[in-house]
Amino acid sequence: MSTDTSTSLPVLTANDFASDQEVRWCPGCGDYSILAQMKKVMPSLGVPREKMVFVSGIGCSSRFPYYMNTYGIHSIHGRAPAVATGLKSSRPDLMVWVITGDGDGLSIGGNHLMHAIRRNLDINIVLFNNRIYGLTKGQYSPTSPLGKVTKSTPMGAIDNPLHPLSIAIGCEGTFIARSIDTNIKHLGAMLKRAAEHRGTSFIEVYQNCNVFNDGAFDYATDRETKAETTIELEHGKPLIFGKNRDKGIRLNGMNPEIVELGKGISEDDLLFHDERAPEPSLAYLLSRMSHPEFPEPIGVFRAVDKPVYDDLLNAQIVDAKKAKGEGDLNKLFLSGDTWTVT
Amino acid sequence: MPTSTETAPDQAQHTHKPVKELVSATVRFCGDSGDGMQLAGTQFTNTSALAGNDIATFPDFPAEIRAPRGTKAGVSGFQIHFASKEIFTPGDRVDALVAFNPAALVTNLVDLVAGGILVINKDAFDEKGIKQAGYEESPLEDGSLSAYQVFPVEVTRLTRLAVDGLGLGTKESDRCRNFYAMGLVFWLYDRSLEPTLRYIEAKFGKRPEIAEANRRALKAGYNYGETTEAFASQFRVNKAELSSGLYRNIMGNEATAYGLITAAKRSNCELFLGSYPITPASDILHELAKHKNFGVRTFQAEDEIAAVTSAIGASFGGAMAITTSSGPGIALKQEAIGLAVMTELPLLIINVQRGGPSTGLPTKTEQADLLQAICGRNGECPVPVIAARSPADCFDAVQEAWRIAVRFMTPVFLLTDGYIANGSEPWKVPDVKSLGTIEVRHPGPTANGDVFHPYARDERLARPWALPGTPGLMHRIGGLEKQDITGNVNYEPANHQHMVDLRAKKVANIALDIPPQAVDGPAKGKLLVLSWGGTYGACATAAREVQAKGGSVAHAHLRYLNPFPANLGELFKNYDKVLIPELNKGQLRLLIRGEYLVDAVGLNKVQGKPFSVYELVNKINELLA
Repeated sequence: MSTDTSTSLPVLTANDFASDQEVRWCPGCGDYSILAQMKKVMPSLGVPREKMVFVSGIGCSSRFPYYMNTYGIHSIHGRAPAVATGLKSSRPDLMVWVITGDGDGLSIGGNHLMHAIRRNLDINIVLFNNRIYGLTKGQYSPTSPLGKVTKSTPMGAIDNPLHPLSIAIGCEGTFIARSIDTNIKHLGAMLKRAAEHRGTSFIEVYQNCNVFNDGAFDYATDRETKAETTIELEHGKPLIFGKNRDKGIRLNGMNPEIVELGKGISEDDLLFHDERAPEPSLAYLLSRMSHPEFPEPIGVFRAVDKPVYDDLLNAQIVDAKKAKGEGDLNKLFLSGDTWTVT
Repeated sequence: MPTSTETAPDQAQHTHKPVKELVSATVRFCGDSGDGMQLAGTQFTNTSALAGNDIATFPDFPAEIRAPRGTKAGVSGFQIHFASKEIFTPGDRVDALVAFNPAALVTNLVDLVAGGILVINKDAFDEKGIKQAGYEESPLEDGSLSAYQVFPVEVTRLTRLAVDGLGLGTKESDRCRNFYAMGLVFWLYDRSLEPTLRYIEAKFGKRPEIAEANRRALKAGYNYGETTEAFASQFRVNKAELSSGLYRNIMGNEATAYGLITAAKRSNCELFLGSYPITPASDILHELAKHKNFGVRTFQAEDEIAAVTSAIGASFGGAMAITTSSGPGIALKQEAIGLAVMTELPLLIINVQRGGPSTGLPTKTEQADLLQAICGRNGECPVPVIAARSPADCFDAVQEAWRIAVRFMTPVFLLTDGYIANGSEPWKVPDVKSLGTIEVRHPGPTANGDVFHPYARDERLARPWALPGTPGLMHRIGGLEKQDITGNVNYEPANHQHMVDLRAKKVANIALDIPPQAVDGPAKGKLLVLSWGGTYGACATAAREVQAKGGSVAHAHLRYLNPFPANLGELFKNYDKVLIPELNKGQLRLLIRGEYLVDAVGLNKVQGKPFSVYELVNKINELLA
């Protein structure tokens, strides 16, 4: 294919995106499912493999680039968003994915994550949230609940947990979504929408670490309970959930409340989801809904158009060239006063 | 309104007083930060450069943006050494000191030569000012200045008179005082007002009353020197015999920025700078940000770590990637520099050194980050290190740093320091055509089915710089140890030993690719002075001074700190003793002793100040005795 200069793309399959490296996650790890969905979505994007780069930090999730037959850089703790910023800023032609975890992205790399999102660089960030440190063998993470007993918190964690989506929304991210590792159809759809978004897309994926924090999201994945404990967001649709789709979310002043449909309450009384709301307030409110008080929303919380950092940066280059002409070293050297010695 | 140039006093025609010719002179302006001393110094520098003198400057300013007025903490100074011969330093001692207030006087007087000229803004020597400077009584009256030629001038009052009628408030009038002082010093050293009048027009042209006030203050100061009985004579420093060519004045950070833009052009790479503001490195970011029409991308990162890692990302994508900082910022970048070593990507890390440790002396100079550059990372992590020796040399040092980075696929440290970053000197503008190219190679697409080996190596042990976007070269790099050739993650003991050895060998090989160490002075003798970085000027001057008096001393100045030039060990055998002067506690000396088992002697100073020539001459003479 290398000498083929035609623009038509070869038809690729998920297998074409598998690298020759042996995948070394623990058997049963939720990462496998995310990797499988990523490989499945990639061929549908119409982007050649060589134009894709996966960037990661440190952690189990961050081994991801090694398993994708694309370009990849496995960097250092928490810094993947910054690496991606330099890459995408200077190479806007590339599709850049950042793979990170709750420890990597929210703890050691919280700063970079925040700034990448607020800059709205055209990159895709996928945060695998398993609420534990897996690679370092079982310490609590920034998303571990209060009281979590781990190797480093034998008497229970006393740090208030972070809510990744609240942070992303606080940074006024332009695409924010949540999915679940075992909900493969939904996950695939979210990855595809993220890829198609211009600007930073941020997806939190609930991911099960079956070694150090098994079952952390059972409530959201268990066949028996998930209809009651999760709520799927759809743009323009009311927030309805429950096995019999008989419950909904209504706004009571500034606060959401669970109501039962019927008995005088109709769909029209419910909160309608607007992922394109210009203000992030609604998305933030949704990000605050958590188990067990509320069903946890999955889907796209927010999808808005805003100027993209790499576009703006590169437009400044074009504008500067228009205004001042292509850079001329002679002119640069001779700016200011000069004198000649003969 | 008079136009700027017609009424400017012509130095040759208006001078009625005798003129004394000097080979060189050193002038220092000092006052409150906010008094415009840096501007006064810069204008005097430009004018002297345009007059054909060789020049060297040294701005010295406080870390506080605005310390309380009149206090010693707020004193800002600018020193200019100008000469009719080649010079290498901004001067040890000051021939003429302009002190705007008592605090400036008390902190700077120590550097004025006996019999030197002392111009004092008399108006600032009131009771409060005198007390703030820690004087018991006015130094103008207690006889303590009797060793100098003191000229108390009512700069404030005379400036206000000069700008009277322009409708300026007191505050605005007083802002012109530095122009008055400039005018006076310009007269004293027989300088043309033209360049500064042009500057005033360019800078304040849109505010005619301010422009006119500054013009009037400047001329009033000049005329004061001419007409008052106080000054008996003028001084003149004639043109220096520099090698022929086109010159301009340049500051170190500016030369670094120009060097980066030039190196990007020469290598046909897009320039990407990831940087976080820090004194004294920020001006490189500021300068580069002005030149986006060269395709320059500057990214002001959220922190130092993002600055360097964004540069690594850009390097992976094929950009000429740079990160600039100072010591504390470099400390934060070190883990990422290790990643650049492991991924074998080209990257320039520029450290404009300042006094440390920690926040240390943010605006003062030191060269104490050498070991940080060479040893400051985890694991066996060799990084080439080179250092610039003077403001203009920053330009050439950048070219060399980038040449090595792309030729060997490695991050490279470039060390400058606050002294050369903010100092200035004449720069012989290079002929752009003669600069040539810096070769960069990227492998092209592979034939279908061919396996690409990201860690295969060329004859210099450099791995290929394969760019994302190239069909067939898909590969993954990262900080985990890699298998030789394939680049796959690999923890095998023998492979790690092999890769550590390989990376060390690759950097060591650079010694074969750089010029042998040259020596200024006798090829054999009693003493070799070995220096590096910003101490070049003082060491070169001192060695030549002693040589001129018959002393058996030679001077070698290192550009390459890692690896050292291949012939360095042999050089030491030609001298009885080796002296290593450094603005640290002996970091190069430690390396030289370790590498060559040479019992080198140190001269070490950590006062936030550069070496004086006489300090070095004294030490050299002591060792020769």
